[in-house]
Amino acid sequence: MANPSRLHIPHPAARPGEKPDFSSLKLSPAGAAERPDPRTATSDMEHLAHDLVRVLDDEHRAQGPWNPHLEAPELQVALRQMMLTRTLDDRMHRMQRQGRISFYVKCLGEEAVSIGQGMALEPKDMLFPSYRNQGLYILRGTGLVNMMSQCLSNTRDMCKGRQLPVMYHNQEGRIFSISGNLGTQYPQAVGWAMASAIKGEDHVAAAWVGDGSTAEADFHHGLTFAAVYQAPVILNVVNNQWAISTFQGFAGGEQRSFAARGLGLGIPGIRVDGNDLLAVYSVTRWAAERARKSRGPTLIELVTYRAGAHSTSDDPSRYRPKEEWAAFPLGDPIERLKQHLITEGHWTEDKHAALEQDLKDRVTAAWKEACKYGTMSDGPQLDPREMFDDVYEELTPQLAAQRAEMLALED
Amino acid sequence: MAQMNMIQAINSAMDVMMERDPTVIVLGQDVGYFGGVFRCTEGLQRKYGEHRVLDAPIAEGGIVGSAIGIGVNGLRPVAEIQFADYIYPGFDQIVSELARLRYRSGGEQSSPVTIRTPCGGGIRGGQTHSQSPEAIFTHISGIKTVMPSNPYDAKGLLISAIESNDPVVFFEPKRIYNGPFDGDPDKPAVPWTTHPKGEVPRDYYTVPLDKADVVRSGSQLSIITYGTLVHVAQSAAEQAGVDADIIDVRTLAPLDVETLVKSVQKTGRCLIAHEATRFSGFGAELSATIQENCFWHLEAPIERVAGWDTPYPHAFEWQYFPGQKRMIAGINRVMSHG
Repeated sequence: MANPSRLHIPHPAARPGEKPDFSSLKLSPAGAAERPDPRTATSDMEHLAHDLVRVLDDEHRAQGPWNPHLEAPELQVALRQMMLTRTLDDRMHRMQRQGRISFYVKCLGEEAVSIGQGMALEPKDMLFPSYRNQGLYILRGTGLVNMMSQCLSNTRDMCKGRQLPVMYHNQEGRIFSISGNLGTQYPQAVGWAMASAIKGEDHVAAAWVGDGSTAEADFHHGLTFAAVYQAPVILNVVNNQWAISTFQGFAGGEQRSFAARGLGLGIPGIRVDGNDLLAVYSVTRWAAERARKSRGPTLIELVTYRAGAHSTSDDPSRYRPKEEWAAFPLGDPIERLKQHLITEGHWTEDKHAALEQDLKDRVTAAWKEACKYGTMSDGPQLDPREMFDDVYEELTPQLAAQRAEMLALED
Repeated sequence: MAQMNMIQAINSAMDVMMERDPTVIVLGQDVGYFGGVFRCTEGLQRKYGEHRVLDAPIAEGGIVGSAIGIGVNGLRPVAEIQFADYIYPGFDQIVSELARLRYRSGGEQSSPVTIRTPCGGGIRGGQTHSQSPEAIFTHISGIKTVMPSNPYDAKGLLISAIESNDPVVFFEPKRIYNGPFDGDPDKPAVPWTTHPKGEVPRDYYTVPLDKADVVRSGSQLSIITYGTLVHVAQSAAEQAGVDADIIDVRTLAPLDVETLVKSVQKTGRCLIAHEATRFSGFGAELSATIQENCFWHLEAPIERVAGWDTPYPHAFEWQYFPGQKRMIAGINRVMSHG
């Protein structure tokens, strides 16, 4: 038999015990990628889906046309919010290990995604996050105590004890309820953006999925609807290399960048260094400007690395080298912004250490306060009668009867 | 009042609501310029414009998903899924998202989507254009499941569905779009003009989403049914010479238990009928509900008449469809006890 067809099975560059290898990750030098006018036709900027927009160079200086020229105070806020995200994650992860909460998801190594993108958007823009976007909730004033209370399913839980930890929402802050099912928020964000355009408003929607979820039909539905109606939406793919143990090659990342997924539909794709806060901010501003100028959707691929486990139920040492993060060429987003600020004379090691301590203290204080509203074992507890509320706008006779049945057994 | 068939009544419901409420929008495959493959949205785009009546890409998951987002942003979407048989690609968005958004967000976020979809057979549609998947949706907490059996109810129920802040899946039995069907395919088609429920007000009115309708009052037997089989049941009971209470469930979930129970406690006998397949069909829930509430009133085992547990065959449509013969046989079985 001549030239039989062969099934290709993707393999990550390295497994546990092997040397990490990111040689297949396409990089561009900082400042090298062109920054087209946001009104440019998609066909004239297809290369952005394959380049890598980077602003911070190896000497920690900001370079090139994508430099957003943010003032030092804004960058300090960004640094602080990224550090707060990491401090919160660290605390909640330990609380899960101590059995105080059932589950947690960290975003270690990806903090620049939520903070950079969140800062680039306007307060009236609507956000449709995935479960690894806690920085968006921090930025939009959700409050540490409220976030912790959600993780505790206590009496202050915004979800009334109905959701797994980290599945927050923030109605006032315009953040959509996190599903837990993957990619479902993509067409929803597009619908929200369509409504914004139908109403003649100026607000855009933004949605986030991981590299793994791009394989879901909802991802493609979202892109198609966004392209057809030219909806004012920013569709983000956080390519953190790993979906539990499934490396990005199993979502098709070996063949072409995720940013290029939009090109077939005429949606510009732009690949950005997801650990470079300046680049992330700048690209998001650019996409938002396109959306607000009726130039339609943008697909942004944020190249980053999931430095922690998928969740507290996962052990990545079983499927990838322990040293892989250290070998990741785009580094640590917090360290990079910190070094940039120090290099520019806007930050010091002492200030950094003091801020770190201050954030730890704040998180500790918030945890103590959150626990006052109840923990899994003691303190005030949610009223189980509320379990039957909000299934429908009004309690149905069937649910009322079931509630009565439950209460009769508890007396 | 006007004479309307079910298509015109459904069209009128959307027209009335779009006129009254500028946030109501319609989306779906072929619903805009063309007016829908069954003509239910005819004229709406001409009247309300392309921004309120949107032709959609052929992706049910995208239609439901985007409708959810549209609803979250303050509009009131009425999405059409062209055939109930095509609803499955949108199933996850309905079950995991639309149905649970209010609950999972502690009551803070919700989306008032109405999903209209033609269902049922008897139109030579084969297995991909004939299904009645309503039971699957009644199993989902957080959505309301509705199926009208006549033009008057169709308009009033659809207006209630659009106004409801809860999501509604609205099944339209397409065999009775143009006229009531008593289950005998050899008889000439009858238009709605000869039927009292073909009299439909042109203006706004509602039929509540929590009330079953007693279509005919009788003393010997309760027939609990909905959709096309309401008409089959009426004709079959007449032919069998049984004085039957015939109840059109209309809203399957949440179910109006009281009306059903009252009827069976009165008659002591119960036949449940639907076109959908029998096993785990909605009749199973109805039967359990009647048993739990009426056991000491029952004079005979509860009977079920339903579609066979096969896919809907193209060639054997009338052997599959639970028509007159099966309905009469069921009536005779339940009447033969005691």
